[in-house]
Amino acid sequence: MSSVRIDNIRLLDPSTDTEAPVSLGIRDALIVDSDTLTQPDTVIDGSGLTACPGLIDLYARLREPGHEKKGTIASETRAALHGGVTSVVCSPDTDPVIDESATVELINRRAADAGAARVLPLAALTQKLDGQQISELATLRDAGCVAASNADKPIANAAVLRSIMEYAATFDIRLHLVAQEASLSNNGVMHEGFNSTRMGLIGIPVAAESVALGMIMELAGQTGASVHFSRITSARGIDLIRDAKHRGLPVTADTSINHLLLTDNDTLGFNSLCHVVPPLRSPRDQQALRDAIADGTLDAICTDHAPLDPDSKLAPFPATSPGISGLDIFLPLLIKLADETALPLRKLIRLASRNPAQIIGREPVRLQAGSVADIVLFDAEESFICNSAEFVSKGHNSPYHGLSLRGRVKHCIIDGKHLPLGV
Amino acid sequence: MNSPAHDIQLDSQGKLRHFLSVETLNREILTQILDTAENFAGINDKAIKKVPLLRGKTVANLFFENSTRTRTTFELAAKRLSADVLNVSMSTSSTKKGETLLDTLRNLEAMQCDMFVVRHQDSGAAHFIAQHVAPHINVINAGDGRHAHPTQAMLDMFTIRHYKGDFSKLRVAVVGDIAHSRVARSQLHALRTLGTKEIRVAGPKTLIPSELDHLGVKVYTDFDSALDGVDVVIMLRLQTERMKGALLPSADEYYARYGLTTERLKLAAPDAIVMHPGPTNRGIEIEGLVADGPQSVILQQVTFGIAVRMAVMSLAISSTEISQAQGKFA
Repeated sequence: MSSVRIDNIRLLDPSTDTEAPVSLGIRDALIVDSDTLTQPDTVIDGSGLTACPGLIDLYARLREPGHEKKGTIASETRAALHGGVTSVVCSPDTDPVIDESATVELINRRAADAGAARVLPLAALTQKLDGQQISELATLRDAGCVAASNADKPIANAAVLRSIMEYAATFDIRLHLVAQEASLSNNGVMHEGFNSTRMGLIGIPVAAESVALGMIMELAGQTGASVHFSRITSARGIDLIRDAKHRGLPVTADTSINHLLLTDNDTLGFNSLCHVVPPLRSPRDQQALRDAIADGTLDAICTDHAPLDPDSKLAPFPATSPGISGLDIFLPLLIKLADETALPLRKLIRLASRNPAQIIGREPVRLQAGSVADIVLFDAEESFICNSAEFVSKGHNSPYHGLSLRGRVKHCIIDGKHLPLGV
Repeated sequence: MNSPAHDIQLDSQGKLRHFLSVETLNREILTQILDTAENFAGINDKAIKKVPLLRGKTVANLFFENSTRTRTTFELAAKRLSADVLNVSMSTSSTKKGETLLDTLRNLEAMQCDMFVVRHQDSGAAHFIAQHVAPHINVINAGDGRHAHPTQAMLDMFTIRHYKGDFSKLRVAVVGDIAHSRVARSQLHALRTLGTKEIRVAGPKTLIPSELDHLGVKVYTDFDSALDGVDVVIMLRLQTERMKGALLPSADEYYARYGLTTERLKLAAPDAIVMHPGPTNRGIEIEGLVADGPQSVILQQVTFGIAVRMAVMSLAISSTEISQAQGKFA
């Protein structure tokens, strides 16, 4: 039995409209009526702080097992807490890839040892992510994988994809797919457009996304597979998803916080910190993504967290590894997005907590009695200059370094366990 | 978000420190390069072709990609400025043994080189190197990926100015494989900055990069219309490997549509000049008779290349020496 009471806390909960400070009670893993806690083990003074449901990141690379010089489960799940993320859906592109239940068990054990954010693995759709031999999806689901994913490696063969969809639909396993037609994105390192022309960098055309979306949606419609599109980047992609939703296809989609805050203009000067795949697109595409957040075409926002060791970015742009380390500052970046778009933060929190929970089939957290106690307490007004050298993540690769941000996470509560953050 | 406004090519006084790309430089600096080259062109005609501007300096030619013409003219330019020249053929050296680009640079810095002339297969390589070298070192881009080849563009501008004078009265056509060409990109920026009246590009859509028209150029797919009345025709080299995929079907079909023949050249202004950055593919992008004909200035481009490279090297070194004299690096 453990209990926590948080006093004078302002709630920012997509499911309620309470503005006045209240008290929240937590007993074991659940939120309870604070009046029932007469002698709580811990009392947190929430004055000046805001509570929101713990954020759920739908796509982050934790790098363990296999790439520990870039990140470990311990380092990245602790970084997640600083960004307000209490559950991390992790990419299967580890080494070995997550295509056996032993790997899932290893990850679960390391995550439990770390005692930070919860880790929810994605199963590799195909063995070794080779795009050909389907993994034991049902076994992996039973081992704890929340969905199955092709990571950043598109399934090139349409017949294989169709077969995978039929198999996944048999067991009601959701597919998280990145829409990139490999033959069109091949060798590309940035958005194809005026800026790629200027810099002489090989572009990835918007058609790489739209062609793949068209094919996947057609196959999903025929096979009855349930698909979540991971990291949509373009205006054309948004059009296709909007159409599919109007037609009643059971698809959902997210984009990353980077695609909402940055554009291909930020790569000018060969800024390899903005080298990401799928690529940052034009300002017009960015506006379409923002509109799609507002009108509900996009269901979620993820970090697309990709921690890298310093050498991975110390090379000419095309020779650098793609990726941005983003877990440490996810919540401050959502606040920045709210400031830039005039979208209510409450809505953005919904796209990073309640909606992702529904996408992975988990009960969303509500800040009221009876709900699981995954809670983030943050000071929404505290400003700071982003210093990527101070990231808890092993990856310090951030184009936001030096930027003035707002919002500091002070406490996380996961399954009722209080994790104070020393900031 | 915005990229840093500061152009790393310029020092705090706005003088040329590295020469990486034409794109961000203003007309004043481009004209200064051309004027300085004019002075050196005179020296190159004399019996004793040396000036002591770079005496005691060491210039390292770092060619990660093979090149004969560019490397040789850079070497001649440095020697005529009295510099010591170190030719490092990177394709056969330590990078093949796994040393990173940055490690290679640190070692050359430790050997007290003063200037790096760099050719590299990756777009942005020269920028990357300039961002990471010690402050007393100048970096000259001798071609990076598909991005830029600024000294080639400046020697082309020198050639145009020499034969045709005022850019504001000129129609210029750049023809062929723009998509894969660092030369074309640099030429288009230079032509625009120098105020060229009309800039045309011509080629099949497979060789025209995305949104090129945003650069203020007129894109033609029909070569004959693009040639109509132009004062300068710049032909680009077509790599034979472009014929292997879906970009182009064959050399013959390309030559029939986009090859500069004697017949076609009649569509241009009667006194039009013909240029080519070399090496030429006779019978693929240009007829031998045109390349050797009276309107061709292809070999003069090579000669002017030495003077232009001398100009760029001496301007960059002098900005660094002034800064050092003023204790900027103390």
